[in-house]
Amino acid sequence: MAARTGSGVLGLPPGPRGRLRGTTLLVWGGTAGLILWSWHGTRFDPIALLGAGGRAEILAYARNLFPPDLASAFLAKVLYWSLETFAMSFMGTLLSVAIALLLVFPATRTLAFSGVLFERDEAGRPIRILRIGLFLGARVVLNILRTVPHIVWALIFVFAVGLGPFPGVLALGLHTGGVLGKLFAEAAEDIETQPLEALQATGASRLQILVYGILPRVAPQLLAYSLYRWEVNIREAIILGYVGAGGLGQQIQIAISLFLENKLLTLILAIYAMVTLVDYLSAFLRRRLL
Amino acid sequence: MDPSPSAATFPRPDRTRALFPGLLSLCWLIAFVGSWHLAQVEPGLLFQAESRRNMAKFIAGMFPPELSGDFFRLLVGPALETIQISVMGTVLAIAIGLPLGLLGTASLTITGVLNEFELAGAPARRAARIVPYACARGLPSTFRCIPEFVWAFMFVRAVGLGPFPGVLAIGVAYGGMLGKVYSEILENQGMRGSEALQATGATRWKVLCYGLIPQALPQLVSYTLYRWECAVRASAILGFVGAGGLGQQIELSMRMFNFHEVVTLVLLLFLLVATVDFLSGTLRKAIA
Repeated sequence: MAARTGSGVLGLPPGPRGRLRGTTLLVWGGTAGLILWSWHGTRFDPIALLGAGGRAEILAYARNLFPPDLASAFLAKVLYWSLETFAMSFMGTLLSVAIALLLVFPATRTLAFSGVLFERDEAGRPIRILRIGLFLGARVVLNILRTVPHIVWALIFVFAVGLGPFPGVLALGLHTGGVLGKLFAEAAEDIETQPLEALQATGASRLQILVYGILPRVAPQLLAYSLYRWEVNIREAIILGYVGAGGLGQQIQIAISLFLENKLLTLILAIYAMVTLVDYLSAFLRRRLL
Repeated sequence: MDPSPSAATFPRPDRTRALFPGLLSLCWLIAFVGSWHLAQVEPGLLFQAESRRNMAKFIAGMFPPELSGDFFRLLVGPALETIQISVMGTVLAIAIGLPLGLLGTASLTITGVLNEFELAGAPARRAARIVPYACARGLPSTFRCIPEFVWAFMFVRAVGLGPFPGVLAIGVAYGGMLGKVYSEILENQGMRGSEALQATGATRWKVLCYGLIPQALPQLVSYTLYRWECAVRASAILGFVGAGGLGQQIELSMRMFNFHEVVTLVLLLFLLVATVDFLSGTLRKAIA
C-alpha cells in the first residue's frame, strides 16, 4: 500500500523532478523505517490478538459485557454521573474561554507591540520593553498551560483542593485556556489591519480597538474554536474521572477494576450518548450562530 | 427540507428565528447554573489555607527539577516507546480507517455519477450497497465516541500491560476518526476525473486507485499526519492505565509526590510533542 500511495505523491504536479524524487524516497524510506522500529518496539502482534487464543479471550470478554445493566436504580446513578461529566466539560470550557480572553490582549503581537497600531508610537524605550515583556510573558503562560496535559493538571488540583469534579473543571479550564489563547491570538493577528487603523485614527484606545475592531471580526472564529474544544473536553472530562475528578470516568475505572462488565457496558453507552449529544449540540450551535 | 427558490430570495420573518436568541440564552443560563452546582465549583476552595499550603508544597517541590543522568537514562526507553506507540497506533488506525472510509464514501458506492447507470432501476442492488455503507458509517462513530483512554483500559484487561494495548487503543479510536474524515474528504472531491475514467471503461477499483485517491491524497495524508500529532499526546496519557510510555512515569512520580521529576517529565513530553509536530508540519507543507 505504501508503494502505491508513494507513487501517487510522485504523480502530483511538483517542483524540480529530481529533487522531489530524492525527497520522496527519503520520506517513504524514513516512514517505513519508523514503522518497522515501532512495530518491533511496541511488540505489536496481530497474530496473538486475532489468533485462536486471543480471539476467544476477546469474544469471551465481549460476551461478558452483555446484557447491559439496566436496573433503574443504576440508570439513575448513571444519569447523575453523565450530568456531572457534562457539567465538568461545560464549566471547564467556559473557564478556558475566560482565561483565553484574558490573555489574548497581551498575547496578540499586533496589539502588544508591533504593526500599524504602533507605527507612530512615541512611547519611550522602557515602555516598549515593558510591552514586549508583557507579550512574551503572556505567551509563556499560554505555553505552560498548554504543555502540561489535562491529566497532570487534574492530578495537581486533586492534590491541592481534593477529589471531586471541581479539580477536573480547573484542569480542563487551564489546559484548554492555553490552547484557546494561542488560537485566539493567532486569529486576532491574522485579520486585516485597515479597519483597526481607521479606528485608531478616530482616537480609539487599544482596548477599544480590541473590543470594537478585533473581537467582532474574529468572534465567529473564536466561537467555532470554543465549541470544537467543548467537543474535545467532553471526552477529556471522562478521562479525568480516572484521577479522581468524578463523573463517568471514575465509574468506568471502578467497573473495569472490579470486573463489573454489565455495568461497564451501560457506562460505555452513556459515554456514547454524552459524546454524541455534545457533538450534535456543538454542530447545531455552530450552524445557527455562525 | 429545501426552501423553495422564492422563500430563499425573500426570507419571511420566522417566528422560531426570532425566538432563538432568547431560548438560547435561557438554555445557556440553565446549563450554567446547573453545571456550577453539579461540578461543585467552589472558587473559594482554591484560596483556603490548606489548598494554599498544598499549592506551595507542590511549587516548592518542583525545584530544582530532576536533571541527573540516571533519571534521563531511565526515561529514554519510555520516551521512545511513546513515539513507537503513536506510530504503530496511527498505522493501525489507517488500516482500520481506510477500508471503512472507502465503504462509507457515498459517491463511490451508492450515489453520484459513478453509480447512476448501474443502480438506476435496480433497487435490490442499491439496497445491497446501502447496508455496508451504513455499517461503515456507524462503526467508526462507535469507535471514536469511546475515548481512547477507555479503549486502553479495556485492552489492558484483555491483552495485559505494556505498549501493545496502547497501540490497539489508539488504532481503534483513531481508526474511527480517520474512517469518518476519509469518507468526508473523498466525498468532497470533484467527480469529473472519476467520471472520465469510468467512461474509458475503468472498473470502480481502478477509478479509485487512479482517480479519486491520487486526487485526494494530499488531504488524506495531511489529515493522517495531524492525527499522528494527536496520537503522540494521547499515547503519553495512555501510560496512566498501564499502556506503557511516558505516562506511566508521570503517574508514578506524581503519586510519589516527586514533583521535581514531574517537571522534567512534562518538559520531555513537550520536547517529544514539539519534535513530532515539527516533523509532521514539515511533511504536510511539502505535500500541500
